[in-house]
Amino acid sequence: MEEKLTLFKNRKRFGIEKNIDIIFKNTALVLSSFVAIILLGIILVVFFQSFESFSRYGLKFLVTSEWNPVKDEYGAFTAIYGTLVTSFLSLLITIPLGVGTAIFITEDFVPKVVREIIGSFVELLAAIPSVVLGLWAIFVLEPFFRAFFVFLHNFFGWIPLFSTEPTGRNSLLAILILVVMLLPIVTSIARDSLNQVPKKLRNAAYGIGASRWKTIFSVILPAALSGIMAGVLLALGRAMGETMAVTMIIGNSNAFSWSLLSPGYTISSMLANQFGEADGSQVSSLFYAAFVLMILSLVVNIFAQWLVKKFSLKY
Amino acid sequence: MNSLYYQKRLSRNIGDKFFTSLSVICALIAILPLIFLVTYILIKGGSQITPELFTLEPNPPGDDLDAGGINPALIGTLIITTIASIIAIPVGVGGGIYLAEYSKGGAFPRFIRFGVNVLAGVPSIIAGVFIYALIVSTKILFGSMYSGLAGGMALSILMLPTVIKTTDEGLKLVPNELRYASLGVGASMYTTILKVTLPSAFRSIATGVVLGIARAAGETAPLIFTALFSYYYITGFGDLFYEMGSLAVLIYNFALEPYDAQNKLAWAASFILVLSILSVNIFSRILAAFTEKTKRV
Repeated sequence: MEEKLTLFKNRKRFGIEKNIDIIFKNTALVLSSFVAIILLGIILVVFFQSFESFSRYGLKFLVTSEWNPVKDEYGAFTAIYGTLVTSFLSLLITIPLGVGTAIFITEDFVPKVVREIIGSFVELLAAIPSVVLGLWAIFVLEPFFRAFFVFLHNFFGWIPLFSTEPTGRNSLLAILILVVMLLPIVTSIARDSLNQVPKKLRNAAYGIGASRWKTIFSVILPAALSGIMAGVLLALGRAMGETMAVTMIIGNSNAFSWSLLSPGYTISSMLANQFGEADGSQVSSLFYAAFVLMILSLVVNIFAQWLVKKFSLKY
Repeated sequence: MNSLYYQKRLSRNIGDKFFTSLSVICALIAILPLIFLVTYILIKGGSQITPELFTLEPNPPGDDLDAGGINPALIGTLIITTIASIIAIPVGVGGGIYLAEYSKGGAFPRFIRFGVNVLAGVPSIIAGVFIYALIVSTKILFGSMYSGLAGGMALSILMLPTVIKTTDEGLKLVPNELRYASLGVGASMYTTILKVTLPSAFRSIATGVVLGIARAAGETAPLIFTALFSYYYITGFGDLFYEMGSLAVLIYNFALEPYDAQNKLAWAASFILVLSILSVNIFSRILAAFTEKTKRV
């Protein structure tokens, strides 16, 4: 009896333990709010640093392409245009490739083992650092495609997009390397959302006599569309912010040109190139460009999240 | 009668064949770059590997005869990634614990989860720009400008969302019965988390964190104007406050040099970086597949 009572006494929770519990909880709370602090910090810091340039050039910054540290004239149109063009065009190539690959992985054309190997291969592609892809692009991709670019220029030179003589690094190479980087993102998200389509739908389509691809196009893909769209938007955000590989291969020229075969610029490559050596109002202008980039990728990301929330759990 | 058999010429069957081959082509195009890339790096980079590579300093470009080694960059990558992990792992795991164990729905955790996703989508160069404005240009770290410490901080911003997410998701997979049992025998909340839920989610969290570290090790954009680059050996603790080289920045700098010797050094560094990142990825994949199988039994 005596023994039991002491045991009971020991099981009573001490005040100190309660305090530790409260401290633990609050520490976790504070740590989790770090995310919000950092996010807000990034937005505020970049905004305030760009304020000088913003008040001087206003929205004109977005539509002029003069970038002259000597005359103190700054406009980021070339870089903004480059960012948008490279990311949209690379996405245009990636979407059919990625969704096609995802369909190949989720259908049963080949044994499951082979499909899993291909799937993990594509995901490993995502793990390769972008600077290594840039190195590869400089020394392998560019020589490999040189003849093809000359061909493009000779036969399609009348299209403004191919109107300049290809000389080494250019925007089209940046688009190609972006395709390599975006492919794993689009493929793995498309695969996940295709896998989530209930088997019942497929069986019902087969049951009323639809062929395999009729089923894919009219039943499976529409059902998985929202997930695929979200993946595409995430990839778009990644493409706009991608820095190293693009910087290494795009040629870094602020001279505006419609042609994809001429050297170009993106916001991120401009930052990577100039930030280290910039001073004075150039720094502020670079922060302004960074702010534009951040807003672009924030909008795309938030829209992607909204899309996921709105359309997921349909089945 | 005839219609019961598979008819090759039927337009739907031709269409099916066409699209099937199209998707096969897509898959081939998707894996070709990886195969080309990895074989090229293994051959080109692997042939540059010598013992001196790991012990020497890189020579400044211009001297075309001998590029030297990558010792400072290799050590620098290890140090910067370690700093990033030291910051990001406690903050991330703590935040993940709050989201998974304490939050009961409502505006705040929803906002944090949203913030995690948004932060994961912030371009990596913006993290560099942020740390530049906050730490490098203000010289807040004992008067030093570009430093390995600043580089590690920039990388930790990129690691943080990954760590929070994997902790949050790993803890959510722990069955509630374990928590009830622990609380039922009188354990307090923090004992339950530290002694029961966290250990049972340890493997999935560790896998995610290790993958996050591997990704951070290859990041370049946040480092090019926070840690900058250095040609010299890292000799002591004080070097944390000065420019520090890393494999990723070395590849970037030396790839753009016109000299062959520097380019070769970039390939060698790529070989080491890719090999270590890929092996971490493959190893954790195998581990994950293995644990999944044992769990089912």
